[in-house]
Amino acid sequence: MALPETITALEGKFQVLHKTDFRGETALTVRREDIVEICRFCKDSLGFDFLLDIASVDNFGDEPRFEMVYELSKVLANEHLRLKFSVSEDEPSVPTISEIWPTANWHEREIYDMMGITFTGHPDLRRILMWEGYPYYPLRKDFPLGGKPSDVPQVAFTKAAPLEGGPFVTTATTATTKDREPRARRMDE
Amino acid sequence: MANFQTPPKPESASSISNPRSSISNSPNFPFPFPPFQTIFTTMPEATAAYDSKVEGNVIITRVDAAINWMRKNSLWPMPMGLACCAIELMAAGAARFDIARFGAEVMRFSPRQSDVMIVAGTVTYKMALAVQRIWDQMPEPKWCIAMGACASSGGMYRSYSVLQGIDQLLPVDVYISGCPPRPEALLEGLMKLQRKITGESSLMDQKRVLIESFS
Repeated sequence: MALPETITALEGKFQVLHKTDFRGETALTVRREDIVEICRFCKDSLGFDFLLDIASVDNFGDEPRFEMVYELSKVLANEHLRLKFSVSEDEPSVPTISEIWPTANWHEREIYDMMGITFTGHPDLRRILMWEGYPYYPLRKDFPLGGKPSDVPQVAFTKAAPLEGGPFVTTATTATTKDREPRARRMDE
Repeated sequence: MANFQTPPKPESASSISNPRSSISNSPNFPFPFPPFQTIFTTMPEATAAYDSKVEGNVIITRVDAAINWMRKNSLWPMPMGLACCAIELMAAGAARFDIARFGAEVMRFSPRQSDVMIVAGTVTYKMALAVQRIWDQMPEPKWCIAMGACASSGGMYRSYSVLQGIDQLLPVDVYISGCPPRPEALLEGLMKLQRKITGESSLMDQKRVLIESFS
């Protein structure tokens, strides 16, 4: 969990839009344009020495659609801080923090690959799992789990998996997680 | 197959008109029996038209059967290990299961020297064309074993990223079920492939292709 003085220091220096505490986990919603300065402050002044993960969330149907989540950690002090901000679909662009934590390089490449959010200032923004030329972003909620046909000659091709629309599909919905997660259901229900 | 362990009688060796027989008779020759050429060079001699020693060592068979027998007992696998099935493939090659009992222990990581490609694991679309290219580099005759659920059908990965069975790209001879299959299942598949090779008409096929190329 994050110590109160950490939260106070961050709230005094940056604009914190929202703060949630859940089972000892603190999440701060901040402004997108502040994220580089906040991360630099957390690393240099507050002693957060480890970037655990960067995640992106697709709240399909909401506006703004995407949400970025940064998990910061102080390894020896066992302190954990979560930073969040929203990204709209019209401008899916986020400043990179790979200059601060080099591990963010590949995390941001994965988010670019899977969710289609670009990172300004990233030194090497290429796809990391799929191949160059693949036209879709597979972890978006409106992408079918079975995939869509594509073809990059001499590199790779894809076909839609059989039983597409049958069992185990995600549905694009803003209802509960149970309603949208992959499970056996028919698309016409 | 000639039995080289039997030393010939001295008088029969002296009647051989082979220049190498002088070598075999020299005291420096390190072996107690003549070089194997002598056995065959006796055949044109009128006196050696019937040799009771040779007769017991001759097997009459079809060339196809002999070739298939040699092929099926020396299958060199191309271990296309892509996921957890490759662990079972390694276990099949190790001491407990010992794939060498079936003559398939020579895992070649060069496709040029391989006979059977064992596709062991999940074939992603990113890897699919690489697998196909390695298959194309293998010389004929070649066979393919789809090991496990993923290589056979995509398995549990009904997904945007996984090829739904390697048979969409390659001709598969044997499918092995399991997730992953036990090494015994791989050995069973190998024996099934050996049985399939036994029934092939290797030379007849070549002959037909040759005739078709002329016409």
